[in-house]
Amino acid sequence: MQLAISVHERARRIRRASLRMVHQARMGHPGGDLSCADILAVLYFHVLQLDPDSPRDPNRDRFVLSKGHASAALYATLAERGFFPHRDLDAYMQPLSQLNGHPDRNKVPGVEANTGPLGHGLPIAVGMATAAKLDGAPWRTFVLTGDGELQEGSNWEAIMAASQLRLDNLTVIVDRNRLQQGDTTEKTVGLEPLAERWQAFGWSVVEVDGHDVDALVAVLGDLPASAGRPTCVIARTNKGRGVSFIEDRVEWHHRVPTDEELAAALVELEGEE
Amino acid sequence: MKEAPKGADCRVAFAETLIALAETDRRIVAVVNDSLGSSNLKEFKRRFPDRLVNVGIAEQNLVGVSAGLASAGKIPFACGASCFLTGRALEQVKADLAYSRHNVKLCGMSSGMAYGELGPTHHSIEDLAWTRVIAGLTVIVPADPIETARAVRAAAAMDGPVFLRLSRMPVPTVTPEGLPFEIGKAALLRAGRDVTIIAAGVTVGRAMTAAELLSSDGIDAAVMNLSTIRPIDRDAIVEAASKGPIVTVEEHTVHGGLGSAVAEVVVTTHPVRMRFVGVPGVFAPTGSPEFLLDHFGITPEAIRSAARELVEH
Repeated sequence: MQLAISVHERARRIRRASLRMVHQARMGHPGGDLSCADILAVLYFHVLQLDPDSPRDPNRDRFVLSKGHASAALYATLAERGFFPHRDLDAYMQPLSQLNGHPDRNKVPGVEANTGPLGHGLPIAVGMATAAKLDGAPWRTFVLTGDGELQEGSNWEAIMAASQLRLDNLTVIVDRNRLQQGDTTEKTVGLEPLAERWQAFGWSVVEVDGHDVDALVAVLGDLPASAGRPTCVIARTNKGRGVSFIEDRVEWHHRVPTDEELAAALVELEGEE
Repeated sequence: MKEAPKGADCRVAFAETLIALAETDRRIVAVVNDSLGSSNLKEFKRRFPDRLVNVGIAEQNLVGVSAGLASAGKIPFACGASCFLTGRALEQVKADLAYSRHNVKLCGMSSGMAYGELGPTHHSIEDLAWTRVIAGLTVIVPADPIETARAVRAAAAMDGPVFLRLSRMPVPTVTPEGLPFEIGKAALLRAGRDVTIIAAGVTVGRAMTAAELLSSDGIDAAVMNLSTIRPIDRDAIVEAASKGPIVTVEEHTVHGGLGSAVAEVVVTTHPVRMRFVGVPGVFAPTGSPEFLLDHFGITPEAIRSAARELVEH
């Protein structure tokens, strides 16, 4: 399927750009960047209705990156989608750069929320979706959260309110890579049974392989999963996906690749071009 | 002399003004943490049932949801008890409202020690210290119903996050009818040569009474209503300091609040001696709001003593 191949290639470019940015900045969160690259590619190249030339169009779909530390992946995606030139990515975290370590909606076209402190994106998205409902507007709101981030209580306040408000124009995607900064989620404060928890809070839940572009296209192209309810897509992912020596290794939460590691990673992420 | 608990509850003016604004501006919505009664918004809900969003007892979500509403063009008035709204959700106030520049009006109800006997968990005597240090957040403390109505209108008219610190304590009317209200402008309610008393919110009436007492002592005291704490009216404070000493009065801890804000201007421009009248950095004992103000010396007599000390020594 031509479309799926194309999105797959976008994801590969996002991964390559993210790693280069982290390497150049000598700072960042490469594990989380790589785990959400396929999700971002599917969202920005297949799902979200938006126009990079009109980033504040009131009828655009909204995307909130709640795991704001994956900023390199977001900026790389926005550049790939045409919100700003790829060369701007070189300024990632440089002094006075617009591309701060965590995204700023007032500085970067396409960024919808100033995230970074965890547990903020979902409440903001509930407000966005509520505004669309108040206006009877057709645009939709999407949020990408980390999984460890769900330990923040503010998420569960928002999860309860979203089902009460019947926000079927809201979709949360959980980047379920099973690792947080220090260890696995389950050895820290466990999240399972995660699907049942969301269901118990009144959400429709769909589980999907978060690296299977075709499967993501199918799930995110058929929303809401049930009328009258917000949808939670639990995307099973691997932190550091795509680079053998980064994948599933907890220390790569915010490790920076050496010159040799970057070169090796980019070989593994050879594109189709 | 104990000030009689008479006067008006500013929440009435708050709700009436919000309803009047909502009649003509569809962007205005109210967001509450189940605080419909304590925010006096039952009539708002009756008039605009769809535009009252109740997120339940969840202040972090209250502020986050309000930010999201604002990002989509709404003008949310996010209402809740000031102690929870500021204390519980301070990170959301900083990141989601101020840093993000979302056009949300944060309405801290029953601030200061208005919850009286409910105790220090419900008192909000730290909220000015917490909020006034946040970049880009406008902080307003209206003194009476007239100023509350004007502050609500001004907050709705400006584009940017505002913290409105409101009270439920009955207060006398201190604002002259013709006095214009402008965010960032202090109001000189009484001119005086010897000393300036700077107050805000429920303490302005007490400052006015203190000035009367001082007059009988032969001391000519000015009274300034500093209702905007941030951005602060530097010119007005410098002018007061150039005339003489300053007494600040606040229903708040004396650490980091109105008095500290005034002192930051005074020491860097025109240093004069000051006295801070307020809660002396302790948690309050059990008592009614009026009892507690008296207990901590936030009274006309104590303000008078502080001013006399400065003028006579």
